[in-house]
Amino acid sequence: MKKRFSLLTLAAMMAAGISLVGCSGSGSTDKNVIKIGVFQPLTGANGAGGAAEYEGTKLANKLFPEVLGKKIQLVVVDNKSDKVEAANAATVLAQKEKVNAVIGSWGSSLSMSGGPIFAEAKIPAVAVSATNPNVTKGNEFYFRVCFLDPFQGTVGAAYAFNTLKAKKVAIIREVSNDYSVGLAKFFVDEFVKLSGNKNAIVATADYNTGDQDFSAQLTNLKQFEPDVIFAPGNYTESALIIKQARALGIKAQFIGGDTWDESSFLTVGGSAVEGAVFSTFFANDKPINKTSEAFLKAYREEFKKEPAAGSALGYDAYLVILDAIKRANSAEPQKIRDALAKTKGFEGSAGEITINAERNADKAAVFKTVKDGKFVFLTTVKP
Amino acid sequence: MDFQTFLQQFVNALSLGSLYALIAIGYTMVYGILRLINFAHGDVFMVGGYLAFFGISSFLIPWWLAFALAIVLTTAFGVGLERVAYRPLRDSPRISIMISAIGASFLIENLAIVLFDARPKAFPVAEFFAKNYVIGGVYVAGISLLIPIVTAVLLAVLLWIVNRTKTGMAMRAVSTDIDAARLMAIDVNRIVSITFAIGSALAAIGGIMWALKYPRLEPLMGIMPGLKCFIAAVVGGIGSIAGAVLGGLLLGMVELMTVAFLPELTGYKDAFAFILLIVVLLVKPTGLLGKNQGEKV
Repeated sequence: MKKRFSLLTLAAMMAAGISLVGCSGSGSTDKNVIKIGVFQPLTGANGAGGAAEYEGTKLANKLFPEVLGKKIQLVVVDNKSDKVEAANAATVLAQKEKVNAVIGSWGSSLSMSGGPIFAEAKIPAVAVSATNPNVTKGNEFYFRVCFLDPFQGTVGAAYAFNTLKAKKVAIIREVSNDYSVGLAKFFVDEFVKLSGNKNAIVATADYNTGDQDFSAQLTNLKQFEPDVIFAPGNYTESALIIKQARALGIKAQFIGGDTWDESSFLTVGGSAVEGAVFSTFFANDKPINKTSEAFLKAYREEFKKEPAAGSALGYDAYLVILDAIKRANSAEPQKIRDALAKTKGFEGSAGEITINAERNADKAAVFKTVKDGKFVFLTTVKP
Repeated sequence: MDFQTFLQQFVNALSLGSLYALIAIGYTMVYGILRLINFAHGDVFMVGGYLAFFGISSFLIPWWLAFALAIVLTTAFGVGLERVAYRPLRDSPRISIMISAIGASFLIENLAIVLFDARPKAFPVAEFFAKNYVIGGVYVAGISLLIPIVTAVLLAVLLWIVNRTKTGMAMRAVSTDIDAARLMAIDVNRIVSITFAIGSALAAIGGIMWALKYPRLEPLMGIMPGLKCFIAAVVGGIGSIAGAVLGGLLLGMVELMTVAFLPELTGYKDAFAFILLIVVLLVKPTGLLGKNQGEKV
């Protein structure tokens, strides 16, 4: 029944697609070129972030320059790290260049500036590392290949439950920080769901940004003898928390989020943070899959430096669009959009990507741990 | 909460409280002599921590030598600060000198951001301090044991200087009446410099102890401890050295016990410190050990 239905929709869509291709003037003017717009801040305050993402996209274009027998041309516009300029740049891509799809932008607010313009022109856009929920919310044409911050709470819980077999978990969160509170909430929800035990979260403690003494909170947590302490927060506070916890004789495993992925975490924490585990976007010390291996090798050859997470995601955004074009068997923007929405289990260099109903990426997060005073890749965890 | 947990919380509080006490003494000394709230005290504290850090990390000298040098240099820094920012204003209205103190505080903070970089630095803690002890199930870090001892020793030394030496006598005289003291042939400038030297040395020791306990340095690290220790000094009775110690210990207790017994109110931990200040000022405006001195005319 279900299969027949999907076949039927596919047939209907194809028919619709053919009629659209037949009469519409959208898409590239040259029938043999597919245009992908690169909507990035290449100058201004966000120039470095935009450039890192563009490097990844450029590399992907160099390695995979063709799809469906047509050449892919990158159309680069600089949105100059400015919301007004971003709207102008988006208009250029949508109306003058008539691109088939868009990659970008670095910075959620810049993406949001372009969002309505792409939606109106019915051109799908794929944000690379914009994490604000509003980028994709209510905009049928905006997707992203990175995960939202709170999503890390979900994978953190999966890791604690499945890998560490934790039974009792304590939370210590930075109560004045949305990032920390959000991660903690998603972690609690997921852990309770996985364990089926409402009392699995044995204690929750709060602290304020800039606090330096956590001994009272930690002494409280210690009474409950948790197996795991989830401590999303800034790297310096987190490092001090772990240090003070060890000094109080707490042996629980600490889990955190991508904010720990910062060298100061190691220097402040010293030997106390050995073995601490956290989720993050990308690992470059070890390829996590074949795409990642190819990306790391090509990137190092091309740019003679280590890639940033943004570059890997910029690379993935291009590949995801390419994959959608292949599956849609068409470069028609509307069809690319529909195919993008069905992306499932796509192997990107920064982990597997599945686009969910909110057009965000459900993806395997990279877990790193601290070993001998260094961050090392540990595993990837699917939600 | 079982007894052992309570004991642990008590030890935590004692360790934090004695650190507050150490810094509060510096506030109280300067206030006692000059009736000046040295708002830059917290920043002198920060400078002390950074100097020790640079001694160990950049010049690779042994920690004890680095600490000694940091204390000497910070002392010189504090005396210099008094020369530049406070002495020219000694005869001006008190509000001017207070504004000068606030200005000096901002200047030092922002200079530190430019010179030391705003990113937090990790303070290298020698093995000797990082060691942990377990006494009857209560975990105590070496540094947490050391701080109360250092505070007690410094308290004794200061009380001796103020009450038993000639300089101390001169200090008390300046504190009572600066003009009368001058008439009695006391070199007021020298006494003020000595006071600032002692206050800054205490701030440096406090900064180093703080950095050993919380090994993270940043240019604005002095603001909150400075404010808290000011509260401690006022609660204890500003101008009274023993009062500053009492106020510091009390503040540490209030903060930690708030978190220990009322975990839901953790976010308001700092608010409790200020509530303590308001309550004490309402009930006993001179502070717990403060003497009631009539307004000077």
